[in-house]
Amino acid sequence: MKRSFSPYWLLLPVVSMVAVILHPVRAAAHLVTTGMGPVYDGIGHLLLTPEDLIIALALALYGGLLGTTHGRHALFLVPAAWFVGGLFGMQTAPLPDFPVAALSFLLLGLLIAADLRLPLSAFTITAVAVSLTHGFLNGIALKSGPAGLGLIGITAALFILVTLVSALVVSLRPPWSRIAVRVMGGWVAAVGVLMIGWFVRGNMA
Amino acid sequence: MSISLWKILAAIALLLILPWSAFAHVQGGQAAGFITGLEHPWSGLDHVLAMIAVGLWGAQLGNPAIWILPVTFPIVMSLGAMMGLLGIPVPGIEIGIALSAILLGIMVLGEVRPKLAFAATLVGFFAIFHGHAHGTELPAGQSGQLYSIGFVMATGCLHGLGILVGVIHRWPMGKLILRGSGGLITCMGILFLWQALA
Repeated sequence: MKRSFSPYWLLLPVVSMVAVILHPVRAAAHLVTTGMGPVYDGIGHLLLTPEDLIIALALALYGGLLGTTHGRHALFLVPAAWFVGGLFGMQTAPLPDFPVAALSFLLLGLLIAADLRLPLSAFTITAVAVSLTHGFLNGIALKSGPAGLGLIGITAALFILVTLVSALVVSLRPPWSRIAVRVMGGWVAAVGVLMIGWFVRGNMA
Repeated sequence: MSISLWKILAAIALLLILPWSAFAHVQGGQAAGFITGLEHPWSGLDHVLAMIAVGLWGAQLGNPAIWILPVTFPIVMSLGAMMGLLGIPVPGIEIGIALSAILLGIMVLGEVRPKLAFAATLVGFFAIFHGHAHGTELPAGQSGQLYSIGFVMATGCLHGLGILVGVIHRWPMGKLILRGSGGLITCMGILFLWQALA
């Protein structure tokens, strides 16, 4: 028997999300300690670090916006490149003093806002470069914490996140929904500009 | 099987009273920075009206202005905020913000349909004043990055609100109400200008 869709089912995830946000747990953007082991620490790290989470979402949004083929590439390329970058990062010493995340925000934000139809090869290069870089930075941060298992957690969470978000964007049909994705790209680019501003101000101080 | 809303709420209430440790500010101002950023554009009526006016005007102009204006505003606003962060002065910030409400209100009131480039330039020009004001007002000890994310999101939501209200433009009466709201925004802008000059 076909079950009819009830608005209650929409309430459940929304209310649960609000409850999770309100729930008092440890808030720490780097080297999150969940108390459940290094894999979960890695998952927590990705989900609580805006400069990684927003980039992962932006890559998924852009992949989805470009269509099914690009979206499918994104869901395998992004976690794989992030993982490889993380492995390299764990072999390296200190974090570079360069606003890499800000530049990724700006680049991806502008690409999404402009809905630039990159060919598959160019999209692949962009997604791999951004993912390698952020994985590399994660690897440096994870070295003194959950290390390799944390990286596995991050990669798994990334795969799920990119799959869900890019699939959602690919499935969008009404014109306004694609506009909403582009507007979100504008927000990401704006945050990128501001992050560059904070970086320059920090260096001037 | 049906799940009642009361059961869901009861389960969430139980979850919330569990005695977990609360360490909300271990990183020093992360949460506060985001909330401050989110609140900032809503805290001043001058900002709120100008940003809603951008959405209203976009809705009146239709595609592609309906998305180009709300994309232009946050990006240029962030450039203005960057100028504020770097200490680059912009003269007459408050006057510029008041003028933005007046001119954008007039555009909505008159249902003015200029070329898209002009509309985007006008919106972008005033975004610098709004951004500069935001960029210089981060409270000490809070996360700049999350403050930025918060205030860009809040600005976008205000544009979205304007666009949603602007949907009434489809109906003849809605067109009139929309133009009337433009007039109201202009009047408020004149009041802000009076206060800025006083």
